Amino acid sequence: MTNLLLEWLIKTIIILLILVTAVAYVTLMERKVMAWIQLRVGPNRVGVGKLKLWGLMQPLADGLKMIFKEDIVPLQANYWLYIAAPALSLVPALMTFIVIPYGSTITLFNRTIELHVTRMNVGLLYVLALTSVGVYGIVLAGWSSNNKYSLMGGLRSSAQMISYELALGLSIVCVLLYAGTLDLVDIVNAQNGFHGLAWNVFRYPLLIPVFIIFYIASLAETNRTPFDLPEADSELVAGYHTEYSSMKFVMFQMAEYLNLITASSISTTLFFGGWNGPFVGRAPYLGPIYFMLKVLGLIFLAMWIRYTVPRFRYDQLMKFGWKFLLPAAIVNIIISSTVLLFKP
Amino acid sequence: MQAEKLLFTVFAVIAVASALNILLQRNPLYSALSLIGTLLSLSALYVMLRGQFIAALQIVVYAGAIMVLFVFVIMLLNQPKDQPQVEKQKGLRYLAIPFAGLMIAEMFYVLRPIRLSTLPADQSVGSTWSIGTALFTDYLLPFEVTSVLILMAVVGAMVLARREGD
Amino acid sequence: MVNYIPVLLIFIIAVGMASVIIILSRIAGKNRPTREKLMPYECGVEPVGTARERQSVKFYLVAMAFLLFDIEAVFLVPWAVVFRGILESETYRSLKYVIYAEMMVFMVVLFVGLVYVWRKGILEWNK
Repeated sequence: MTNLLLEWLIKTIIILLILVTAVAYVTLMERKVMAWIQLRVGPNRVGVGKLKLWGLMQPLADGLKMIFKEDIVPLQANYWLYIAAPALSLVPALMTFIVIPYGSTITLFNRTIELHVTRMNVGLLYVLALTSVGVYGIVLAGWSSNNKYSLMGGLRSSAQMISYELALGLSIVCVLLYAGTLDLVDIVNAQNGFHGLAWNVFRYPLLIPVFIIFYIASLAETNRTPFDLPEADSELVAGYHTEYSSMKFVMFQMAEYLNLITASSISTTLFFGGWNGPFVGRAPYLGPIYFMLKVLGLIFLAMWIRYTVPRFRYDQLMKFGWKFLLPAAIVNIIISSTVLLFKP
Repeated sequence: MQAEKLLFTVFAVIAVASALNILLQRNPLYSALSLIGTLLSLSALYVMLRGQFIAALQIVVYAGAIMVLFVFVIMLLNQPKDQPQVEKQKGLRYLAIPFAGLMIAEMFYVLRPIRLSTLPADQSVGSTWSIGTALFTDYLLPFEVTSVLILMAVVGAMVLARREGD
Repeated sequence: MVNYIPVLLIFIIAVGMASVIIILSRIAGKNRPTREKLMPYECGVEPVGTARERQSVKFYLVAMAFLLFDIEAVFLVPWAVVFRGILESETYRSLKYVIYAEMMVFMVVLFVGLVYVWRKGILEWNK
């Protein structure tokens, strides 16, 4: 028992360390991608000592700067709720990563270690549950700041999140029709045929529109452009994080990028075969590398969309979510189940 | 065995403490948050009872949808902090205690013959397969009736909320 | 069963991490409060009125509609998970059309609900 506990502890800490570093470097990636799309060069000066290092130390410099900023708590805010809200946003974002499989099994120190922290037979529902709980951080941050812009931004943000959560859930249901299990490890293992290229989008082409619905819904869930009206800089000041400064603001940004990484990870697990790829049977160390490449590809796609497409107005956004994505997901479920029924 | 008892005690204490906190908070939003805490610890208790599917659904539906509705409504109504409620009928307060006592006595009477049972031996009783197949074979009628119930709720909520404006 | 302990583990570690971050910024940052910094931000002017005014009822309607369709999605999950297994298992194979039809009835009833919400204009203007 203690062996198991130790294994879990080590895996969790490794994953958390990787995640925190990943979040920092995803912010750098965002700025670089933004820059190159806008025909300029992003941050490229922050290095170590005399070495320029192409700006790779930028996130470290930003993090250090944010720690030393003044932590202002507005007088009229609900103190404890104000402080707890960023944590309420960050914690569910971090908790998703224990069910995602990063590889098959490797042998290390005479033990076979499976590359996922834990294996729940309701793993996908657990992810959906954490997405639902993530709404609270935003709406409570908006309310507890005691600022009109925050409240409106928080309410709008959370209304947007819950509307797109429906399309998200229903597209997951469509994947479940083909997968037959809620366990993420089983879903990825089932995509292992054909030299590791039997990904769900290739095996069941009807899942391609489902992937598109899922991806758009997850972009809206994570409040990324083109759905970021409630927190855009020129609207509603900064939405629900107007009154936040220093590390609490950083926690909101971390939670947002973590949600983006989560959405990309779940997309690769459900649609693109997770850690599957060529030769992964012979060299299990390739599993996490393929996984990382796919997740980075999807994150790049999200950033590409962000710097190409203009923002939606709020009523257009809600209309799109309810009147287009939701019926589209329902129609997809009906079509997929009919096809499965008549042609297994 | 020891670990299971310890975990059960921890989550039960959190559940009861959060439930008490609902009553003791003056700000309705804090009460709603305590209710969310109760639901989360209940979900942990479900997991310990081999009902993993129900535990996840509890969070998705109850803590993730119903409580969001509650929180939205509390924020929309926006009562000023600590505004004391106007009590229309003072006498009801004194009626509450005997009725509460009656209800507790009834609960003890009903729960008398319950014997401590053991948990089911196999883990598959709370699994999605058994719930799914049971839902569509044995419990089909409640399932279809639920859809009609949800439809009624949709229509009712929309009609009620839109009566004043248009 | 025992697989769920890492959830508790990561919850405790994540809450610990968040607390450390908050405490760190409390002690490492400056603390020079001025009147303007402590007021709610309203684009540089004095704030007019309190933030605790009544908001629009449309948020309630959206939350209500979300709740009901979320419950529908939650009923769809066990159906989707067992559907493929039913098509292949021997005991339930004869029921496959029935189970399909059951869920179609369920979805039609809820689709009527969606059409009602649509036609009543709940999903319009502000939203």
